[in-house]
Amino acid sequence: MAGTGTAHLRGGDAVLRVEDLVVEFPIDRHTKVSAVAGISFDVMRGETLGIVGESGCGKSTTGRAIMQINQPTSGSVVFEGRDLTSLSSEELRAARTKIQMIFQDPISSLNPRRKVRDSVKDPLDIWSRGTEQERLELVDALLEHVGIDPARAAESRPHEFSGGQCQRISIARSLVLDPTMIICDEPVSALDVSVQAQVLNLLEDLKAEYGLTLIFIAHDLAVVKNISDRVAVMYLGKLCEIADSDDLYARPAHPYTNVLVESIPVPDPDVAVTRAAVQGEPPSPVAPPSGCRFHPRCPNADDLCATTEPEIRSIGDGHYVACHHPNVTPVSIGA
Amino acid sequence: MSTHLQSEGRVPEGVLLEVDDLKTHFRTERGLVRAVDGVSFSLQRGKALGVVGESGSGKTVLSRTIMGLLPSNAVRSGSVRFAGQEILDLDAKQMRHIWGREMSMVFQNPMVSLNPLMKIGKQIAEPLQIHLGLDNRAAAETAERLLRDVHIPEARKRLDQYPHELSGGMRQRVMIAIAMACGPTLLFADEPTTALDVTVQAQILELIGEQRRERNMSVILVTHDLGVVAGHTDEIAVMYGGRLVEKAPTRELFANMRMPYTKSLMRSIPKLDDPSHTRLLTIPGRPPDLVNPPRGCRFAPRCAYARDRCHQEDPPLVTADTSPDHVYACWYPVGSPEFEARDAEIMEQITTGVEVGGRR
Amino acid sequence: MSDLPESPALLAADVILEDAPSESMASRRTLGIGFWIAVGWIVLIVLAALLAPYLGLKDPDENYINRDLGRPPYPPSGEFWFGSDQDARDVFSRTIYGARVSLVVGFAAMGCGMLFGGTLGMLAGFLRGWFDRVISFVFLVLLSFPALVLAILITSLLDRNLRTVAGTLGFLSIAPVGRLARATTIQYSEREFVLAARTLGAKNGRLMIRELLPNVVIPMGALALLGVAVAIVAEGALAFLGLSVEQELSWGKLILLGSGTNILQDAPWVSMGPIFVLFLTVLALNFAGDRVREYFDVRENML
Repeated sequence: MAGTGTAHLRGGDAVLRVEDLVVEFPIDRHTKVSAVAGISFDVMRGETLGIVGESGCGKSTTGRAIMQINQPTSGSVVFEGRDLTSLSSEELRAARTKIQMIFQDPISSLNPRRKVRDSVKDPLDIWSRGTEQERLELVDALLEHVGIDPARAAESRPHEFSGGQCQRISIARSLVLDPTMIICDEPVSALDVSVQAQVLNLLEDLKAEYGLTLIFIAHDLAVVKNISDRVAVMYLGKLCEIADSDDLYARPAHPYTNVLVESIPVPDPDVAVTRAAVQGEPPSPVAPPSGCRFHPRCPNADDLCATTEPEIRSIGDGHYVACHHPNVTPVSIGA
Repeated sequence: MSTHLQSEGRVPEGVLLEVDDLKTHFRTERGLVRAVDGVSFSLQRGKALGVVGESGSGKTVLSRTIMGLLPSNAVRSGSVRFAGQEILDLDAKQMRHIWGREMSMVFQNPMVSLNPLMKIGKQIAEPLQIHLGLDNRAAAETAERLLRDVHIPEARKRLDQYPHELSGGMRQRVMIAIAMACGPTLLFADEPTTALDVTVQAQILELIGEQRRERNMSVILVTHDLGVVAGHTDEIAVMYGGRLVEKAPTRELFANMRMPYTKSLMRSIPKLDDPSHTRLLTIPGRPPDLVNPPRGCRFAPRCAYARDRCHQEDPPLVTADTSPDHVYACWYPVGSPEFEARDAEIMEQITTGVEVGGRR
Repeated sequence: MSDLPESPALLAADVILEDAPSESMASRRTLGIGFWIAVGWIVLIVLAALLAPYLGLKDPDENYINRDLGRPPYPPSGEFWFGSDQDARDVFSRTIYGARVSLVVGFAAMGCGMLFGGTLGMLAGFLRGWFDRVISFVFLVLLSFPALVLAILITSLLDRNLRTVAGTLGFLSIAPVGRLARATTIQYSEREFVLAARTLGAKNGRLMIRELLPNVVIPMGALALLGVAVAIVAEGALAFLGLSVEQELSWGKLILLGSGTNILQDAPWVSMGPIFVLFLTVLALNFAGDRVREYFDVRENML
């Protein structure tokens, strides 16, 4: 399991190109943990990239590192031709208006002491866009668009709305500055199933309407598959596999992807999981295993996996995997 | 493998739990919250019942009511018979004879369910000493055996560890070991895997199923996830707005869903088999306010198939023609001409891209 | 259900019922009638103190000798509501005038604490790093020093005027208020809404004032109400030691004057009047502070 290598990067009209991203956090004076340990990926204009993995795999850190909320230790984050890691704080402040973020906890995402319409209007005030009248018109139009009554938003605070409604309000706020890209960090995992579908559909509609590029981070593979064009699977800070979403689920090449797919509880008693596909739990990223980080839990592992980190390689059709013994035979590079 | 600490067969085979017209209301400043509002069902010994519902459906309150774990502002009525004995009117002191030995519970969050300042071994041994009168050594030995039963490696070493030294999945295994300690006949598992990763979730569900079979124990698995109950229960009860709206054996339910709510819930879940960007069918709005529940069927305001009658008259639970064990509460169930006609319209509109059923 | 935890799987049973509404979940809460009575009392005292010269009260320093009543001190009567002291001065009037110093000291001290403690605490909590370490250490030192000893030290060395006493008590309130402000700021800084505002381009000043301040000021305000009560009592203690404002009356000074051994036995009303008003005011402030805190706590819990 190694993100080493950039064979899977595409040229062309990439809105975002992340290369060899490393994010380390100090634990104490002597120890550092690599939450993200050298991953690369790119996102095309209008594409939705899903990032999926279990807790501690570094998917949320990756999202925050793109935004430069967590300062990357090394690597580059090139957004619309500019490397965000090299910008001054003032340049970054301006560049960031083009990338927005939606968080997992919808209620915590809004200031509990402010009227939600003010929270949505805030970005326009910060950047002094238009007149007060124009700002309010835009905000009300957006709120209405995401299914929130602007009149109610004008006089209510977040706790007067449900979780799903708060998430819609956050989405409206993320749109006011007309961003190119939105990073959604587990946007539906705190919501009820019926509300989750409403928010997913809303994101799909808005994406089409505003020509957005999305990064959708989640632990739920079925949700990620539904919304994404391309999916990256992460484990312990590394990239395992990246492919078009239908292709990834049709032929998961990495043993870990396979395990994830098989672990999903399917709402159908005839195919439902009755045996766990893998034992054990992901080890701590503080002391990751040698070689391929998945090898201690991997059914395909051998001595090579314990010593050598696999390099990412193509198995055709834009499907890439970082594994010595993938479940699908790789095509030789350049084929 | 299993630890039969208690005399076997206290509870004869057959019906273990009978709940009849159970109501749990909460007095609040806003008014009376009807969290559970007339629920009846029964559960056989050794069977697993899945209770499925969204937040506010009353699923958690239902299990807490049966366990007798309610805050002081709760008002209960109806009947809960456990092994033939009425337990709804027992006080906490009397319930203590039942907790642990007859019923126990595994909670959602293993991170906060264990005492962080007490060693694992002591947390397991304590109930053994209190309830079964074991001495220190016997309790420690039993604790170790219980940890092995729940497949915790190096069980002896774990006894001397504190909860923070274990991973989330391991802590949930410890919780299950504690719940198993006094050999209960009924286990409540309230969203036992919601806080865990998907690969660990499968392991924990498997463990609960294995313990159930070995101990001939009944399990009530409370969850929001239809996928979780599909593979790990014998029967499923679907709750909505404090009511039981559909109940059937698991296979029967998935094969012949009758309640439009269950059907809509199923359709709103993204499925791995569907190609990406498959349009999800949604349920508009949100669950009902339990202080002022809507008239008639409580799902009617959100139901794409509701007609006038649904807004006026409360549908009773009726038996499905497909199975005598299958009940549902709907005037125009899936399969009825009224439902099918409306469904055809909806499917038509979906394929032509027009949104149906209120807001997107 | 205090006697539960004995049973096994219930060791951890005090988990909040996820979909069980508790009493605290009612969406419209009120502060309660008690709060408004407390606020009413505080407003009444403040107005009386402000408008004392215009209320037609007896002069607090004048000797109203009344031959019919015999030798002063006179007990409470229609003429002297709270009685008089041994120099026939009206205790009621003196209590109202005494409120001026006590209240000014109380509110000024807390204003000082809110302003300096709040600002430093918020900056420390927001900026973290070395600034936080320095400020936190300063707070710790201030808190470790016995407050009353410090107050006695300052007031015995400096001119004992209103400004010194209020300033001293204000200085002492910086650390407790600052610690609370810092802790609350840290807690809210971790919320996603602050992160969201930052990614939307908000600068630090805006984040602190628009996003954090409205959230920090509520618990700080609740603490300040309690703090006013503490400062009023502390002023009384200083006055009792003869270390408060020299020229003017305060509740503490009145209590001191009324509590000589003889007078306390012969005419307890001389000290009881100010004690009673002081007690009610401190109680009202404490009660109001508590209610404010609970009221907003519940809002938070609902989130």
